[in-house]
Amino acid sequence: MNGIHDMGGMQDMGPIQPEKNEPVFHQAWEGRMAAINRAIGAWGKWSLDASRHGIEILPPADYLRMSYYEKWLTRNVELLVKRGMVTREEIETGKPAPGSQKATPPLTAAAVPAVAGRRGNFMRPEAEATARFEVGQNVRARNMNPVGHTRLPRYARGKKGTIVRHHGIFVFPDTNAHFLGEQPQHLYSVRFSARELWGDDASPRDSVYIDMWDSYLDHA
Amino acid sequence: MADDKTSVDRRGFLKYAATGAVAAAVPNSMHAQEHDHDHDHDHDHQVVPSDPALRTKALESLLVEKGLVDRAALDALVDAYENKIGPRNGARVVARAWVDSAYKERLLNNAPAAIAELGYGAVQDEHLVVLENGPRVHNLVVCTLCSCYPWPMLGLPPVWYKSAPYRSRAVIDPRGVLREFGLELPEDVEVRVSDSTAEVRYLVLPERPAGTEKMTEEELAALVTRDAMIGAAKIEPPPGGKA
Repeated sequence: MNGIHDMGGMQDMGPIQPEKNEPVFHQAWEGRMAAINRAIGAWGKWSLDASRHGIEILPPADYLRMSYYEKWLTRNVELLVKRGMVTREEIETGKPAPGSQKATPPLTAAAVPAVAGRRGNFMRPEAEATARFEVGQNVRARNMNPVGHTRLPRYARGKKGTIVRHHGIFVFPDTNAHFLGEQPQHLYSVRFSARELWGDDASPRDSVYIDMWDSYLDHA
Repeated sequence: MADDKTSVDRRGFLKYAATGAVAAAVPNSMHAQEHDHDHDHDHDHQVVPSDPALRTKALESLLVEKGLVDRAALDALVDAYENKIGPRNGARVVARAWVDSAYKERLLNNAPAAIAELGYGAVQDEHLVVLENGPRVHNLVVCTLCSCYPWPMLGLPPVWYKSAPYRSRAVIDPRGVLREFGLELPEDVEVRVSDSTAEVRYLVLPERPAGTEKMTEEELAALVTRDAMIGAAKIEPPPGGKA
């Protein structure tokens, strides 16, 4: 989806403003939101790819206006409703529907230290997938504009690069985000020269390395 | 709500408005200016009917009541994010690589196995790749599409890393971005930007500063900054060390 999230190469977004001694969370609710996000993720009702897509489909103006954790809040409410874990009415009233069964949370405090910083394993070395490329080959990123989730940034589409690293076989986000299966593919690091991406004004030495799945690429 | 209402003053608002860091808090801040007294937010001229702090609190209560989350697990997660995972993990790895060249080779060739040697075995499946910075090559890491970041090594990302200005410009103008961090790179240095579009995570191994030859591994680890492990900074020589 050619959405507002696909920001690489945009200009005039303002200065970068690093904060000295930045706290992990600026307000207490942000920490609660981060924790809720991890704890509801433990139900396995959606993938990391689906949750990323949940952010991408926020209305563009909201995407730019909202703080990071406000986006998470909105996304998580939508996913909880979509996957039938809560109803819209329960969100509005703040109370469980009368007579609803109480569940048992899959993530306990005792298990937290082992999982807090982790996302899970997205490598699928046993999956059947053909590697169409090898390190050193020249490739061209496909010019494609899918309306769903993709991790092929717009600024690289149609551009020529070189395979510099083979990462192995990984879950394919473009299907997984839409509950269409993991459909694993080979993943590569592709080097694009800054001039190929941005034209002759770019530094002749500089480059951008982008991780790309097999089906994002053609031989060049 | 008093803490939320007053935590972002006018100066804070101006400072962060550009990044959207406190966009959620801005209406509260303005609200506080209009009404400089304590009161509930439920009267008829409320500026923001559903601020995220209240909505988060309501969502947490609902999820706990439904048995979808365990409140003690949430407390433990917040504690882990605030106190357990953070850039000290990455700094330990960097310091080891600086003092042990064989370890550095292993780290650059197979980062998951090398970090497991230091007791971070639980994060072996994090698909970590370590990129070495030196006098000729400077790596910078970004996630243009969202906010991918090596949590086990660096903790949660800072606001600037997740912000539109950084995500948009790091790939098209990395030298300008680095200049904003106070780092001017000579023309003959090659800048490599890694855009984290997949589940591979990138950690920069910064260049060891001069004047640190006699320092212990522990002292070296204390010099290593988060920003240097993203590639947004170099590591300064220690005060008193020879430049």
